[in-house]
Amino acid sequence: MRLSWFNITSLTLGFAFLYLPMIILVIYSFNESRLVTVWTGFSTKWYGELLSNQAFLDAAWVTLKVAVFSSTLATVLGTLAAYALVRGARFPGRTLFSGMIYAPLVMPEVITGLSLLLLFIGIGLDRGVLTIVLAHTTFSMCYVSVVVSSRLVSFDQSLEEAALDLGCSPWDAFRLVTLPIIAPAVVSGWLLAFTLSLDDLVIASFTTGPSATTLPIKIFSAVRLGVSPEINALSTLMIAVVTLGVIIASLISKRNFVREQHGSESRH
Amino acid sequence: MPECAFAPWTDPGAEPLIRFRNVTKRFGDFTAVRDLTLDIYEHEFFALLGPSGCGKTTMMRMLAGFETPSSGHIELAGQNIVPVPPNKRAVNMMFQSYALFPHLNVWDNIAFGLKRDGMPKDALRERVAEMLKLTHLERFARRKPHQISGGQRQRVALARSLAKAPKLLLLDEPMGALDKKLRQETQFELMDIQEKTGTTFVIVTHDQEEAMTVASRVAVMDEGELIQVATPSAIYEAPNCVYVADFIGDVNIIEGAAHRAGDKHYTVHWADGQAPLKAASDKTFSPAQNAFLAIRPEKVLVTAERPADAENTIQGRIHDIAYLGNISTYHVEVAGGRMLKAQTANTRRIENRGFTWENRVWLSWDSTAGVLLER
Repeated sequence: MRLSWFNITSLTLGFAFLYLPMIILVIYSFNESRLVTVWTGFSTKWYGELLSNQAFLDAAWVTLKVAVFSSTLATVLGTLAAYALVRGARFPGRTLFSGMIYAPLVMPEVITGLSLLLLFIGIGLDRGVLTIVLAHTTFSMCYVSVVVSSRLVSFDQSLEEAALDLGCSPWDAFRLVTLPIIAPAVVSGWLLAFTLSLDDLVIASFTTGPSATTLPIKIFSAVRLGVSPEINALSTLMIAVVTLGVIIASLISKRNFVREQHGSESRH
Repeated sequence: MPECAFAPWTDPGAEPLIRFRNVTKRFGDFTAVRDLTLDIYEHEFFALLGPSGCGKTTMMRMLAGFETPSSGHIELAGQNIVPVPPNKRAVNMMFQSYALFPHLNVWDNIAFGLKRDGMPKDALRERVAEMLKLTHLERFARRKPHQISGGQRQRVALARSLAKAPKLLLLDEPMGALDKKLRQETQFELMDIQEKTGTTFVIVTHDQEEAMTVASRVAVMDEGELIQVATPSAIYEAPNCVYVADFIGDVNIIEGAAHRAGDKHYTVHWADGQAPLKAASDKTFSPAQNAFLAIRPEKVLVTAERPADAENTIQGRIHDIAYLGNISTYHVEVAGGRMLKAQTANTRRIENRGFTWENRVWLSWDSTAGVLLER
């Protein structure tokens, strides 16, 4: 079917609405002028400045640490939770549990942040990198769980039974059969958790302490003093990282989907 | 016939490999298997046959260890296996979906179980090669399951489940996903492999033809109970009830009142104004007891003239003819609007047949051709 003028117009409008702000940000990150809104010429000098700004580099390092640790932890917990909920024997209140694991998806971030802050104060945990990692794990775990459990639902359970039948202990069956097959979902869950952690501002600002400033917090506080081209450059880099993560995640799940389609086609 | 040479179930001294002892399995309110007792002997090719939901798959899953009986016990080679988990049983299963590991190639799929046992590398390689040869898969060893055909996948599943040389191999609808022609070839291949390896096979199927072809004995199941356990020929020629007669192959059931007419001979009054039908039976029927005469269509002769020496003759009108090439099935309407089926091999060209639609014909058979059943 060919695209009509109407469709082209609505697509253009939609994409412009979504991406114009980001495109402007990217363009202005290459602006030579210190004034953000006046274009004077192409330059990459703000990227250079950025790399020599120790405060930004520190923040980037904190952000990376938090993202790696929290997404890894979230992936382990989220995968186990998904496995228990999809595969586990029926227990009373299972539906309630499955519903509850998705609640953080719709919970306002402010509430999540506030409740975590209260918890950390309550148990006397010093706020810093550790508390942000825990907070990010909490909210990104349910995303991982959603991704992994949708894969597990379509997973032929007789594969696990076959593994048991051939002499695997239940743990071996999970390690040698289930995990390799759901690996693409686990990896895209990790990438999702990673990107979520990278750009989280609200929860991080609730749970952070003076020792740990993440990039989004840094950007937000810097912008309050005025937008600088350096911030544009930094944001452009973050957009690049997040975009890359999302593309890789969708490529992995797409490749897996295609392979499965192919497999089931020739099976029948 | 091989059945004559191999029949451990007739030997009272033979030790069965598998014993089901009063096994019951309930799922909530539903009873899948009801107080079932059954012996299966070594080297048997045993078929569990029945419609879906009859409990045959539950029986198999209890043998594999995926279900635990609610009561009763199951012995394998004299040992109660109910508390043994699936990974510790000398039993392997071939799954209906084949359950091949999609991330492993054919070779690794077959080697999977052997690796779990920690088999030395050389012995393992040899064993896998042997299995590949047995199932004619040598050329596909490095392919992934999605890169081979359905029939090849089926053979990989078989090779994988046989690799560990189990005492007992379970096959859950092994030919369900194959087309008819391939299925027939595979059935013979399967019998061949069973003979070569000497493994005891238990197959679950809803396809009676398949069960008859491959099995040394067939158990017909319905609603969690065994209806009849016997050799394929006994099941076919001497079903013990209408359900079995009807489930296995095509059959005419004529209901009537049985009267004794000499030693092991009865007459069945089936319609007013019609000559009673003569039938031989080992069972005893009380006078005028309601009985069912089961007669296979291929044992009923269709002729234009009344045969002089037949014991049972019924006149009727040809209602329909199903021409199947090698054979034709005649649907003949007899007294009381009853429809009887008769099957004839088309040994002559179709135009030379003496009768056609709407013709009046005679159906005839001998007193020993049918079976007289109580229910």
